[in-house]
Amino acid sequence: MSSTIIPYEDGPLIVRGDFEIATPDGTPIEAGRTTVALCRCGKSAIKPFCDGTHKAINFRAGTDRVTPAPR
Amino acid sequence: MKLPAPRGAVSTALIDLLGGKASTLPRTPVPDDEEDLHLALFVCYEMAYRGWDGVDDRWEWDPELLRLRGALEHRFEADLHALAGPPEAVDPATVPHRLTELVSADDGPSLSGYLRGRATQEQFREFVTHRSVYHLREADPHTYVIPRLAGRPKAALIEIQLDEYGGGVEPKMHQELFKRTMSWFGLDLTYGTYVDAVPAATLAANNVMSLFALHRRRRGALLGHLAAYEMTSSIPNRAYSNGLRRLGGDASATAFYDEHVEADAVHEQIAAHDLCGSFAAAEPELAGDVVWGARCALAVDARWATSVLDSWAAGRSSLRE
Repeated sequence: MSSTIIPYEDGPLIVRGDFEIATPDGTPIEAGRTTVALCRCGKSAIKPFCDGTHKAINFRAGTDRVTPAPR
Repeated sequence: MKLPAPRGAVSTALIDLLGGKASTLPRTPVPDDEEDLHLALFVCYEMAYRGWDGVDDRWEWDPELLRLRGALEHRFEADLHALAGPPEAVDPATVPHRLTELVSADDGPSLSGYLRGRATQEQFREFVTHRSVYHLREADPHTYVIPRLAGRPKAALIEIQLDEYGGGVEPKMHQELFKRTMSWFGLDLTYGTYVDAVPAATLAANNVMSLFALHRRRRGALLGHLAAYEMTSSIPNRAYSNGLRRLGGDASATAFYDEHVEADAVHEQIAAHDLCGSFAAAEPELAGDVVWGARCALAVDARWATSVLDSWAAGRSSLRE
């Protein structure tokens, strides 16, 4: 099984390839499509999927790994 | 679909010609008004989709018909320039960001807010009637651009269109899903039935897609149009779905809108970045057209939404008598 997860600028994580989404007890969550968008802003009404709410709340996030400065 | 009733001198001449009641078209067509212009354009364009009942398919490429269509398109393009401004040169690398800005700055009237909270069942039914002209052939205009692309933008467009066409499963095709909503309202599911019922503003929203779709030189604008649609879809569709539930709509009635909340949250990312961004990089001279196509989509739809809301505010139907 091979899949790719890509963070989109100020938006969700787009998942492509062979993947399964399931609840912690293993119950499958039906994706309904081959490419899915997973919520990254935390405000979607249809989590784990994205519903576009990130735009309404002005969510900001980059597309690369974030490395925090040392404290 | 049956040829519609004409709305002025040019659409009369055109429909008479296609219906075999006349043998020539006006050399210099001057439409009576927007209704005449957009119905005539719609009739011309439909020859490239599913055609008209009893009309010879060869009319699609008839030089005289294409000359008429070209003259009408010239007028429509002037209208688009007045409405959305002319295309401007754009740095290709900024295209995804510009699309995002454009969509977030869109100040079109909130038809979705009205439908969610206030619309009557009859008004919602009118909304569905307007939208049926497009939704029963949803995605078809944008499919025209597939052979005009290569590489990454092509793959991105296919990724979107596959979803639009339900991954090749007929009941999941968005065109088919919309029939469930129409059924709940007791509407006629036949393709094109409501062309006669909708005003010029509705036809213009369809014609702008065909204008961009049927001319290869407008491929950038068509992609921008698609991106604008995908990027302004998730949140309004949730509102439509909630509005329909408020009116008693069941899961079948709202399936089309529910599907679009989730699907278009995926599509908007692909459209902005993978499709339009990579297209602009591949064909930088068309980067401005991509943004222009998005501006046209938003402006033409805003004009339609305004006309619908104005009709309702005045206590009238938004459809033609």
